[in-house]
Amino acid sequence: MRIDNLTIPEIQEGLRSREFTAAELTRATLHFAEAHNPATNAYLLFSPERAMGQAEAVDRKLAEGTDPGPLAGVPVAVKDVILTKGLRTTCGSKILERFVPPYDATAVLRLEEAGGVIIGKTNCDEFAMGSSNENSAFGPVRNPVALDRVPGGSSGGSAAVVAQGTAVVSLGSDTGGSIRQPASFCGVVGVTPTYGRVSRYGLAAFASSLDHIGPFARTVRDAATLLEVISGRDPLDSTSAAAPVPHYADSLDKNLKGVRLGIPKEYFKDATGETASLVLRAIEILREEGCDVREISLPSTDYAIDCYYVLSTAEASSNLARYDGVRYTVRSPHSDTLSDMFNNTRGESFGAEVKRRIMLGTYVLSHGYYEAYYKKAQQVRSLITQDFRRAFEQVDAIVAPVSPFPAFRPGEKLDDPLQMYLSDIYTVTGSLAGIPCMSVPCGRTTDNLPVGLQILCNHFEEARMFRIADAFESVVR
Amino acid sequence: MSLTEQDVRKVAVLANLHLSPEEILQMVRNLGEILAHMDRLGEIDTKDVEPMAQVLYEAPETATLREDVVRPPLGSEAALQNAPLSAPGYFKVPLVIER
Repeated sequence: MRIDNLTIPEIQEGLRSREFTAAELTRATLHFAEAHNPATNAYLLFSPERAMGQAEAVDRKLAEGTDPGPLAGVPVAVKDVILTKGLRTTCGSKILERFVPPYDATAVLRLEEAGGVIIGKTNCDEFAMGSSNENSAFGPVRNPVALDRVPGGSSGGSAAVVAQGTAVVSLGSDTGGSIRQPASFCGVVGVTPTYGRVSRYGLAAFASSLDHIGPFARTVRDAATLLEVISGRDPLDSTSAAAPVPHYADSLDKNLKGVRLGIPKEYFKDATGETASLVLRAIEILREEGCDVREISLPSTDYAIDCYYVLSTAEASSNLARYDGVRYTVRSPHSDTLSDMFNNTRGESFGAEVKRRIMLGTYVLSHGYYEAYYKKAQQVRSLITQDFRRAFEQVDAIVAPVSPFPAFRPGEKLDDPLQMYLSDIYTVTGSLAGIPCMSVPCGRTTDNLPVGLQILCNHFEEARMFRIADAFESVVR
Repeated sequence: MSLTEQDVRKVAVLANLHLSPEEILQMVRNLGEILAHMDRLGEIDTKDVEPMAQVLYEAPETATLREDVVRPPLGSEAALQNAPLSAPGYFKVPLVIER
């Protein structure tokens, strides 16, 4: 049996027909993942005890004839910004290198209740800040599709393990593109759900008004299955939505007739190169499948990067104030006073990008600059949201590129933070509006680098988004 | 927006962040460049536009409130387990007030 290309339905069938047990699949996956991890550095930690315990519980349920759940026996990897009780969770940071959470994130509990088996924790940019996974304190992740390229970020490890076949699905987090961009770079499906669709309880906070947990998978159907399991109201997150959770995987009917698709002209303004032509070809395919394709305008797009980096760094500067040497394992030994302890612990343990964002965020919130940057950016966020609201009066979904270019080489943008920020141009808009968006593979460049197509829908219209992505996937596969 | 070394030092104090002299110089360069780009926000007309702090969508008024029932807390032992220095029931820190 090949284990690096399994899907959730294949695993369910394999368990039902007794071709393998959950314990056998878990053991084989752990073995395979441990053997292949040195090539990518995508896993920071394996969790064999928790995984085997969970797999055996699934096997017991199968033997008893009780329903083991929609993720029964499915090997899942979890980004290391999502808390796992008793399993070290570092957020890719030296400041949390020994942190062992005393509780589980709601998304983690829900996927285990559904029978999912957590194989390990995945590498990421420190506190999810980065677009290349080069900002991890535990070394960069390499792209399994092309080892001389970055996997994207910040959920680079979660994208890489799914692409490499060392997990079947994974959880990532997305604040400004951190699921969609690595999904695009690694050639897998990545989904940022509606803001509030998935509880953030147990997700280490980066920018609370923008943070999302979402799935990676090798097929749209698997991503839909995982999202359905982790979605829904959680009393422990007051921003989690009470809206009912549809059966996403059941709504995939391959029918695109009459779906109105908007092509935002601002996203194709400088569209040249292979990424643009692959995305344009994907749009042509969607048209041939019966979509009604029309050009639309999202006029505030040009200001989205500035808006996003003001707001996200402002929120981050406040959220990361908690890492002060008091509660979270690491304390600078060179401090006689409390304020020295704060300053030195943070100065010695945060990486360059995290420091940069804390400084930016503190600056834009400081006296005299608040109105010009923070409040202004909040107003621009309203305009960007209004752009989408107007667009969704005319179209059912919007399609666009995920990133202006495919996976780049390590070091290529590391010394130029502004260039790195600008590469998030097509993903921050959906994050700011809080709408569901995803990346689905749409081909490869002549260098064999994957490119993703971004699909964006209105709030809580994940089912529609999945239907379009699944129909597209079945044509190009 | 041009940023001086003094500006950077001031913000670092506000952020409780010790920076080395090299880091300060690098911040002057990087933050200055990024803020100059962010200054473009000034070009866009936002007269009468409400600032947006949270994603908003249609939902019943009380959707964000949980039932008002007592549930067991994490407990101080679990909350203290990751502290670099603690005693039963509290965190230990260096001297705050010197006599």
